Amino acid sequence: MPRINSPAELEEFRRSILSKRSDDRPCITLCSGSACHATGSEKVAAAIVAELENHGLTDQVEIRRTGCHGFCEQGPIVVIYPEGICYLKVKPEDVCEIISHTFKEKKLVERLLYVDPTTGDKSSYEHDIPFYKNQQRLILGLNRKIDPKSLEDYLAVGGYKALTKALFEMSPDEVIGEVKAAKLRGRGGAGFPSGMKWEFARKAPGDQKYVVVNCDEGDPGAYMDRSLMEGNPFTVLEGLMIGAYAIGATEGYIYVRQEYPLAVDNLSVAMKEAERRGLLGKNIMGSGFDFTVKVHRGAGAFICGEETSLLASLEGKPGEPKSRPPFPANKGLWGKPTNINNVETWANIPVIINEGAEYFSSVGTESSKGTKIFSLVGKVNNTGLVEVPMGIPLRDIIYKIGGGVPKGKKFKAVQTGGPSGGCIPEAYLDVKVDFDELMKMGAMMGSGGMIVMDEDTCLVDIARYFLEFLSDESCGKCVPCREGIRQMLKVMTDITQGRGKEGDIELLENMAMATQGAALCALGKTAPNPVLSTLKYFREEYEAHIKEKRCPALSCKELIAFHIDPERCKGCGSCLRKCPANAIEGGKKTIHVIDQEKCTKCGTCIEACPAAFQAIDKLSGVPVPAPVPQEKRALA
Amino acid sequence: MSEFVLQIDGKEVTAREGMTIVDAAKTAGIKIPTLCHHDQLEPYGACRICTVEAEANGRNQLVAACVYPAEKGMVVQTKTEKLAKIRKVLVEQMMAHAPDAPQLLELAEEYGADRDRFDKDPSFCILCGLCVRYCNEVKKKNAIGYIDRGPRREISFIPDVAGKECWDCKECFPLCPTSALQAAYVLTEALATPPEEAQEAGCACTSGCSGGCGS
Repeated sequence: MPRINSPAELEEFRRSILSKRSDDRPCITLCSGSACHATGSEKVAAAIVAELENHGLTDQVEIRRTGCHGFCEQGPIVVIYPEGICYLKVKPEDVCEIISHTFKEKKLVERLLYVDPTTGDKSSYEHDIPFYKNQQRLILGLNRKIDPKSLEDYLAVGGYKALTKALFEMSPDEVIGEVKAAKLRGRGGAGFPSGMKWEFARKAPGDQKYVVVNCDEGDPGAYMDRSLMEGNPFTVLEGLMIGAYAIGATEGYIYVRQEYPLAVDNLSVAMKEAERRGLLGKNIMGSGFDFTVKVHRGAGAFICGEETSLLASLEGKPGEPKSRPPFPANKGLWGKPTNINNVETWANIPVIINEGAEYFSSVGTESSKGTKIFSLVGKVNNTGLVEVPMGIPLRDIIYKIGGGVPKGKKFKAVQTGGPSGGCIPEAYLDVKVDFDELMKMGAMMGSGGMIVMDEDTCLVDIARYFLEFLSDESCGKCVPCREGIRQMLKVMTDITQGRGKEGDIELLENMAMATQGAALCALGKTAPNPVLSTLKYFREEYEAHIKEKRCPALSCKELIAFHIDPERCKGCGSCLRKCPANAIEGGKKTIHVIDQEKCTKCGTCIEACPAAFQAIDKLSGVPVPAPVPQEKRALA
Repeated sequence: MSEFVLQIDGKEVTAREGMTIVDAAKTAGIKIPTLCHHDQLEPYGACRICTVEAEANGRNQLVAACVYPAEKGMVVQTKTEKLAKIRKVLVEQMMAHAPDAPQLLELAEEYGADRDRFDKDPSFCILCGLCVRYCNEVKKKNAIGYIDRGPRREISFIPDVAGKECWDCKECFPLCPTSALQAAYVLTEALATPPEEAQEAGCACTSGCSGGCGS
């Protein structure tokens, strides 16, 4: 079937696809998102093909290379259907055993199963793994069922049903009404009601209107948009088209970071496929609705995620923000009414149209509906992408899904909302995660970055790190952002390097107030958040740095020293051999000594010192004891 | 053009559609400090010294008066304690670059700013962009532009264009709020780079510059 000219033809095509498939048919899916690519899913895929051939199973087993499953730390991930057996960290050499054991003898390969880091329990099936079990994957869930390059896969899971419904059964106003009733809020960061934003663009005067996908994701450690775009470009396109129809746009742009080549590739294939079938372009499915879309590759400036900067960049101008009003809804791309939403927002649209506003708004809290994808990273056992209903306690994300803090360390704080988000301490872990609750905490939802930090993390240094990032990424147009962040960063650097002085905290607060109040765009307005939130919850750490020149987390290099306790040193030489700076003196059966001048404070010695001795201490805020005199160093 | 009334510092002010808060205030004789604003140029909103408190649609927010459109029924405050604090910090931050600029000294006096509060970084430029915008919007020569971003942002004359255009113009010099010599200095620097040197340095641009990219 070359082109689909009506909803009936679409359904006929879908039926023909489904008739060739069966839920009982064995299928091996292999996660092939960027993270799994990096850990070798390419080679695993080749091994699976070769091994199936060896066993003559090629015709009986389907192989599907899917998008990101979210559990990136454990990749590459192989899931075997119909049972849903899940193997983690699969290497090419494991494939032989998987085929012979699991396929032929119906036995599990025990060593590839998930082991709970706290209980030691094994999980055989994907749905049993706590990481997945406690999620609600409305949006991300489809990733594991489809090959992002296959329109047929997307149709098999109900793709384009929402678009058909919108185009043939709903008026544009009804579509907007449904999105409004669903109370969807933009997932890009600010959480503005999407339906309202659409309505502004629809009502704005003008024949030519545009819709734009914002896939410029620059938060350190966050990759929700990338995974969605890589894993399920069809659903983002479908959402975008529904939005275009509702707003009255016939042209769309997808702004993707240059750093996301796989997302661009998969998206381009998806667009071609959709076009070939008449699901994109002129007179879509015979509805009379025309829609064309172009992919624009952004050069990777963080500020281009801000909508007015993104539009400037799309127009070929420097990516610098403009003050609003006028809002893009009235005067956007080339001065025409434009609606921009982030990838995740667009991906929510098909769910809302298919399942209805009532269903969608039954998930979440009063003010924040639906689910949110978080990128859970840092000092947490299970890192990856997690999708949870709004309102879930932070504690559940970090402990139930994330499996807690590794190596028995103590949880200290979680940073939410990207570089300009805030840090939330342990005392508030029961806060229900939604737009407004996080804001009240001095943090924010942002695009959904979540960085877990343990007791070894210095929160003052973390705030300094984020300021440094923001200083680099500020466009430099307005004074409070360019100069404010620069000066705050100077003070923070001084504090973490032991040059903090009385009055620095007040100075920081003063500058934060000016930057927050006067900056042109959201980057500047939110830039003081890391400083303000850490000052709010960890003020004593600032004071320790400034007054006692002490880093309580023993992390700031300029404020710590390493010292070998002469009582515990057994003269084994482990630390001496590993020290990259040749800063350790010693010999056989001799107490070792660290030359403080040469020491680069890399911490290698602590790791090298045998656990039975634990002879090396990290010190901060206290003088380093004088070394044992040469003549007294010999051990009996 | 339709007229409407808004309130600035307790005064009823009649404004026309298309006016910014700065324009509207000016008609009522209320002076809002500005550094990057120029009547001949498009509003830009970079120095933010004109930040005011504005209440519109039930929301009280801080906005830059030079770019924010005046709206019917809006209530604007241009002189509050909060604004004074913000302006003081902004002036101090700009003075780290241009400690003796007359306009900054005047503002420092008004808001009690300390010119030595921040570490000195004498570039003598506060990046108000008046020179850049004037050359672009009024003279349409584009002889001067920005390079780099964030704290590394600078203004720079484009040697090829400047060599031809600036000789008889220099109209941007007196616009500079910090020092007319700043523009002269940057211009000299640009022109002092012999074309051969720029050629040797190579250039990856595609816009027919002197960098030897051959386009």
